[in-house]
Amino acid sequence: MSGTGSVCEVRGLDAGYGDFHALFGVDLAVAERELLCLVGANGAGKSTLLRAVAGALRPFAGTIHLDGVDITALPDFERARRGLTLVPEGRKLFPSLTVEENLLVGSGSRRSGPWDLDAVYELLPLVAERRARGSARLSGGEQQAVAIGRALMSNPRVLLLDEVSLGLAPVVVERLYESLPGIRAAGTTVVLVEQDLGRTLDVADRVVCLLEGRVVLTGRPADLSREAITDAYFGHTNPQPSQAGPS
Amino acid sequence: MSTRVSRGGKAALAGPGATVVAFGVLGALPYLVGPSVTGPLIELFYLITLATMWNLLAGYAGMLSVGQQAYIGLGAYALFVVNDYGINPYLGTLIAALVVAVIALPVSFVAFRLRGGYFAIGTWVIAEVARLIVVRFDVLGSGRGRTLSEITDEPLLRRAYTYWLALVVVVIAVLVTYALLRSRFGLHLQSVRDDEVAAGSVGVRVTRLKRAVYLLSAAGGAAAGGVICVSGLGIASPAEIFGVQYSAFMIFMVVIGGLGTIEGPIVGALIYYGLDQWLSQAGVWYLVGLGVAAILITLFLPRGVWGEFRHRTGVSVFPVSHRVILTDSSAAHR
Amino acid sequence: MTLVNAIVQGVLAGGVFAVAAVGLSLLFGVMRVVNLAHGDLMILAGYLAVLTLQLTGLSTWASLLVVVPVMALVGYVVQRVLLERALKLGELAPLLVTFGLSVIIPNVLLELFSRDAQPLPIGSLATEGVGLTDGVSVGVFPVLTLVIAVVVLVGMQLFLGRTRTGRFMRAAADDSATLRLMGVDSRRIYALAAAIAFATLALAGVLYGMRSGGVSPFDGQLLVLFAFETVIIGGLGSLWGTLVGGVVLGVAQAVGGQISPELPLLVGHLVFLAILVVRPNGLLGQRVAL
Repeated sequence: MSGTGSVCEVRGLDAGYGDFHALFGVDLAVAERELLCLVGANGAGKSTLLRAVAGALRPFAGTIHLDGVDITALPDFERARRGLTLVPEGRKLFPSLTVEENLLVGSGSRRSGPWDLDAVYELLPLVAERRARGSARLSGGEQQAVAIGRALMSNPRVLLLDEVSLGLAPVVVERLYESLPGIRAAGTTVVLVEQDLGRTLDVADRVVCLLEGRVVLTGRPADLSREAITDAYFGHTNPQPSQAGPS
Repeated sequence: MSTRVSRGGKAALAGPGATVVAFGVLGALPYLVGPSVTGPLIELFYLITLATMWNLLAGYAGMLSVGQQAYIGLGAYALFVVNDYGINPYLGTLIAALVVAVIALPVSFVAFRLRGGYFAIGTWVIAEVARLIVVRFDVLGSGRGRTLSEITDEPLLRRAYTYWLALVVVVIAVLVTYALLRSRFGLHLQSVRDDEVAAGSVGVRVTRLKRAVYLLSAAGGAAAGGVICVSGLGIASPAEIFGVQYSAFMIFMVVIGGLGTIEGPIVGALIYYGLDQWLSQAGVWYLVGLGVAAILITLFLPRGVWGEFRHRTGVSVFPVSHRVILTDSSAAHR
Repeated sequence: MTLVNAIVQGVLAGGVFAVAAVGLSLLFGVMRVVNLAHGDLMILAGYLAVLTLQLTGLSTWASLLVVVPVMALVGYVVQRVLLERALKLGELAPLLVTFGLSVIIPNVLLELFSRDAQPLPIGSLATEGVGLTDGVSVGVFPVLTLVIAVVVLVGMQLFLGRTRTGRFMRAAADDSATLRLMGVDSRRIYALAAAIAFATLALAGVLYGMRSGGVSPFDGQLLVLFAFETVIIGGLGSLWGTLVGGVVLGVAQAVGGQISPELPLLVGHLVFLAILVVRPNGLLGQRVAL
């Protein structure tokens, strides 16, 4: 599924860790300003895909494009400077730094745009209240909010959010999702990994389902029934005919 | 599809077998040749001993020490003490090794407070402390060094005994290391080397293992120190026997030969020894050259000479790894 | 009174130890590299100062203007060319590389300069002092080194705490992979940390040479031990701990010297080992990286 108007594109991506092959020939295109949700069971390869796109992981084969330019050879920091920012799984805040310092480090890519400390504090009041606190002393939800804020500080064109809701209470997740419109209003394209299918169908412009390293389903929520997604998620028989179906 | 595990099959006997043969041949040498041959071999033997012990510590247990000279020195000085009580220096060396291992036990509790690079410097401090304490004792010769008091007078016999002592020490060092690494102990050790946290989580007693290795290499270093002392009829100065240059030599031998293999230190010792004979006139530039070689090999040939050879050919004289071999019903594979 | 004087001298001696320790601590804090060649590099800086004196006629103090930047550059290059590669190869590789350097440097210096100490004169500063009370005198130079140490530590604290690059360095110490995701080239940060570390060790080396009247090739072997002991006594990860550690070590050595002229080293080492056993985190230690 390649599109000419896509801001970010992945072609034929094979990736993994050492001997373990996690992704097989993944093709994906993300249109500008859209919100794409990646769903799939644990181990389906969602994080691997995001990491490969961000440059944190070198793929075995395949290419990655940003604005039509092949960035496969670019290192991770270079991709961030071009506006491809990943909020990694596990949040990965810097424990020796305060919340505000974490945010400031986020602007390491020196990109200009609407996001600065004030804008982030306005979007995420949770973070503003804790700006002077050491980041190691935050709860999971607070850390996730800071991690998102930190990514925004780099004024990304494409924001990759890995496992936003993992291990967080629903109320907390709700508040995080409330910040999404503010992020999108700035023109950012968002790729979001989400386990909760209901929430996915609510916010996504498009959904892509991965199973055992392959794309098994893509489409817009309006066009997909809940059953179709669930089937694809668990790898039940009768997958969508346009995509390959694994065993 | 079934599997079996190979520890090297018949090849596993090659190493110990070759060692036994070599032992026989080398053991006979004093009857066949003069001290001009056996003398240099003594040095080669204790170099191999030191390299093997350092490799056990760093290559298998992952503990890089630049303070093993503490135990070389303590071995020599323990030998003085034991010898002063009338025990001959050959048996005395082995006793001294045991004594030093006992000393190393409380020391290990202090040293293990540190990890990684700080552990390395910590071992150096301990070596310095050992030296500074030893020189306080006049009976040990204080700062001037001393000679062995009770040693066979007859030079030919003395040289032969010294040679055999050195040979016994190196053979024990290599065979014990080999036996250990092929045992469960060795399997645990390699798991610690690969991933300490994972090893601990499956029940490997990491600290106990490391301590055992530490004591063993202390004993080995002490035995080598004893050999050095005996072959020199004493110690010229404490600064020499406790000197950090021994660590430098051990590191060079193991890095150049191959970290983490049993053959590596032996190969490294041979290379080092050969170069030393050939280039020692170059004096200080020789040491500089060794330092440069160690850096280059660490960066560009990290497996070392033997390690690289083994990687390309699969040959192992002392195989310690487990290979899982698939056997299916149609044929047995090798 | 002589004991009190010894303690005072020990406290003042802590200044040089502290400046020496800062570089070792920084390199470890940011990159987890323990630079076994730390002491030898200090002495190398001392010899560079000697050369500067001989070639340009600058004073020993003025030679710092040459030596410190040159050593900073050396640090940058060593990091990019050697340590960066070694860091990818595991834990042992960087140690082996720095150990290799610690063999190369003093032997090269030995060949180029001979074993005799090369002088680093500071004129009358060497002996100028103020008598405080009966039996206690305070030298101008030792006080100066203590002041310099405080200035260096304050500078470091400000750099790490308030500047953008300092923040990056602390972040790199925590998690360099994530830092890269923010668009920062962690290799540059590492190289800068190395440059700063080498700059401070250069300063320490020249100060040491000034205090001892000169430098000789193998002095570095003891200096690395002192720097290391200072770091551990003060506490890993604590900037001001290096000052505390330096003072404690200085006092231990001075008191040891009072008991007997042969004892300063031994007492210093024993105090270090005692603190290691009793308080392994050091006197001001924290868990957090520098």
